[in-house]
Amino acid sequence: MLFTSWAFLLFLAVLVPLYYLVPKRVQWIVLLLADAVFVGFAGVRGAVYMVVTIVTVYAAARGFDALFRRQRETVAAMKATHTKEERKKARLGFEKKRRAVLILCLCVNVGILFVLKYGAAIGRLSAAWLHTPAFGADLTLTMGISFYTFSSIGYLLDVYRETIPAEKNPFRLALFVSFFPLLVQGPISRFDLLGRQLNAPHSFSGERFLSGALRIAWGYWKKLIVADRLLVAVKALCARPAVYRGDFVFVEMLLYAACLYADFTGGIDITIGIGEWFGVTVEENFFRPYFSKSISEYWRRWHITLGEWFKRYVYYPLSVSKPMRTLSQKSRRLGVGVSRRLPVYLATLLVWALTGAWHGSNWTFLVWGVLNGVVILLSEEMKPLYARFHARFPGLTNGACYRGFTVIRTILLLSSLRLLDCYATVKEAFSAFFSMFTTWNWGAVFRGGIQSLGLSWADYGAAFAGVLCMFALSMAQRKGPIRKRILSHGTVCSVCVLLLLIGTILVFGRYGFGFDAGQFIYNRF
Amino acid sequence: MEALLEILKELHPETDFETEEALVDRGVLVSFDIVMLITRIEEEFDVVIPAKDITPEHFNSAKALYALIEQLQEQDD
Amino acid sequence: MKRTVLKIGGVLLACILLFGALFAITRLLMPKYRETSVEGSLTAEYYRDTTPHDVLFIGDCEVFSNFSPVTLWNEYGIPSYIRGSAQQLVWHSYYLLEDALQTETPKVVVYNVLALKYGEPQSEAYNRMTLDGMRWGKAKTGAIKAGMTEGEDFMSYVFPLLRFHARWSELGSEDFAYWFKAGEPVSFNGYLLRTEVRPATETPLPPVLKDPHLPETSMAWLEKTAALCKENGIDLVLIKSPSIEPYWYPEWDADVAAFAEAHGLWYVNMIEQNDAIGIDMQTDTCDMGQHLNVYGAEKLSRWFGSELKTRYALADRRGDEALDAAYRTLTERYETEKLRLTEGN
Repeated sequence: MLFTSWAFLLFLAVLVPLYYLVPKRVQWIVLLLADAVFVGFAGVRGAVYMVVTIVTVYAAARGFDALFRRQRETVAAMKATHTKEERKKARLGFEKKRRAVLILCLCVNVGILFVLKYGAAIGRLSAAWLHTPAFGADLTLTMGISFYTFSSIGYLLDVYRETIPAEKNPFRLALFVSFFPLLVQGPISRFDLLGRQLNAPHSFSGERFLSGALRIAWGYWKKLIVADRLLVAVKALCARPAVYRGDFVFVEMLLYAACLYADFTGGIDITIGIGEWFGVTVEENFFRPYFSKSISEYWRRWHITLGEWFKRYVYYPLSVSKPMRTLSQKSRRLGVGVSRRLPVYLATLLVWALTGAWHGSNWTFLVWGVLNGVVILLSEEMKPLYARFHARFPGLTNGACYRGFTVIRTILLLSSLRLLDCYATVKEAFSAFFSMFTTWNWGAVFRGGIQSLGLSWADYGAAFAGVLCMFALSMAQRKGPIRKRILSHGTVCSVCVLLLLIGTILVFGRYGFGFDAGQFIYNRF
Repeated sequence: MEALLEILKELHPETDFETEEALVDRGVLVSFDIVMLITRIEEEFDVVIPAKDITPEHFNSAKALYALIEQLQEQDD
Repeated sequence: MKRTVLKIGGVLLACILLFGALFAITRLLMPKYRETSVEGSLTAEYYRDTTPHDVLFIGDCEVFSNFSPVTLWNEYGIPSYIRGSAQQLVWHSYYLLEDALQTETPKVVVYNVLALKYGEPQSEAYNRMTLDGMRWGKAKTGAIKAGMTEGEDFMSYVFPLLRFHARWSELGSEDFAYWFKAGEPVSFNGYLLRTEVRPATETPLPPVLKDPHLPETSMAWLEKTAALCKENGIDLVLIKSPSIEPYWYPEWDADVAAFAEAHGLWYVNMIEQNDAIGIDMQTDTCDMGQHLNVYGAEKLSRWFGSELKTRYALADRRGDEALDAAYRTLTERYETEKLRLTEGN
């Protein structure tokens, strides 16, 4: 079920009233059944993988809890009879066991994700390089697996670190793993933030319902009016890298930036709004990302939950891990600066390579990830240089102009990196990027070129108006949450806004059979 | 505490660490700084900060961070 | 309490306003079919003629281009109407007949067999042209569900805005002119008048049929149609209109002839009768043999009217005041249009 399907809207229309009609103590069961329907709809294979994840993560987490308990009991019992060293040894014994369980459970879950994500690519590579028969072509990702696997691993590690206790009821854990709005495009969630809410009883609130509806409608608005429309042009541009070069690439960068923003934030808006309908606060995944002044700031504001996940579970542990500490000590003779930087830099690059790999099995994603890391490290290294420059020309950094410059610079930079996401090969992406500086053809873009991409001027106009609306809303959002302000004007006003959103989606959204006048010219009359 | 403030100042001379209460939430200390900071603290105070303690709550203010260091030092004994 | 009532009232008012606005927008965005693709107007126009019809033509373009109800009336006093639209498929024909039977029961139903060659839904655009004008009822829902193409959904028939919303960028003056106004009918009791002459040329024989028989599904719909007529005491006549394009295979002809024989129906393949009728594909077609022009249609109607009259003992209804008045207006409009188009040529 896609968010943009009648089946999904019908599903919600049945589910939401049902959720508030049943007794509160079974609300979570209704939600769990809804997840089962949603997952089942997408296919049995996906359901099987999900059940494996739920069962293994549940068992491992319970195992950690039991081991912690036994460790405490044993150590306490040893207090009178044994020495400190012996107690420490006992503690280490338990730690070893926990680590073994953790590694086993991670292997299963990361393994499933790895095989599904890279199986086909590895099969192709092995056929091409080692001349083995091709395999793995039928391995495809199942719905939401990249998201729920990460959420589940987060839960597993939190229990392992004793940050949170393990959930005793496997079905309540299952509800967290399978919560259906999150299976479409995230966000990656934490059990301590989401799991408890999902399992808690909720009473109906008209205002919350309306607030959720506004968020959902705005999400659809962005998706249907801007994203799905611009996607047509972006796809056309990416499909023919040999033809659309030079300034077409520049146009493509901007269109893709708008398209991806509208699509991804729109989807998350829908997810968060649906969460509100069930009384659940889903984590925000974006914070006006295109207002960032640097790439590293952008990554703290775009797909926030993924960045947080990598920081919490990979970047920090890796940076302070034993091998990194040893490396840091060994490199001391190269200078304090080097030895302090080496672990951070290595961890940063590794995390970015992983982030790239998470996005897809194509080489382009890996290069994209590493380049992001390189840009972030470079700007870190150049900080003293910037500082000296700005000390020389004080006053430059003040004022809206400079802020605007940094924002636009960031957007252009991240859009350039994203070209890797558009094309099939790294070579094509780089060739397209450099053609912007070698092929000068503005005329071609506006002399009909842009109209050859499957969109009419009216479509570009509608998309542009949509982008302006998104921009205006982002500006307004800086002064406080918009929905709260709308709701403060009363129910009637909020309903009017909601209806206006729905009305404009119905007319200007890109959905259904596109009316093509040509299609109607009756060639036999 | 003095030593800690010294290290923090080294990292971000422009910030008033004695009063700031949302170093992480407001984006003063980013992940990069945090790891650098940990290396320095571990050198200076002879403690090991485990990954599970690297949370915004512990790094949002100098006070909270110092409390963490003290707690870790005690644990070691 | 008072505040709650006010709130609910306000919300209701807002909803009513939205639905009102959406209704108006839907009317604006729906194609008007007045200057281009006029065939799209035909289904809805049927409901505007409230006089009874003794003969009802059912079929595709081969009925709405080839038969002139005006001639049938003026020559034989037969009141008739054509329920045909562009690429009207067999299930559409069945349900359009069922729909017509809600309000009238003709004596004879004339059924053109060309569409039997299609056993599957063909084109979304033609589906819409045939169905959007239909009045709501069991017949319409049946017709929609019987023949949706890939990607169509029922909801978009209930709310045509879902289908036609993208027309906001191509609205023309006719969309505003006929926003809430019906305008003059485009047809003459379902007949679309054309005066151009484009002679037929020799065409190479079409390829040999892969399957020599008409699809089973369409024959089943014909069966249902025959049963519906029988139930209502209506004589069903099967015809193959005299158009020579697209090619009507002898194998198909044999299938229909066998069906007619089995059901005791009259089937006439008019292509074979063209000489008797007097149709000359050099002067009587407007598009090289696909459709007749008004000269061909009048000749055909004259011949077919006399056949119908003798075979089914149809009464001459001239002298009936209401009918006389209705057909007088129709004839005037018809002659004016014919003259206008002839002078334009």
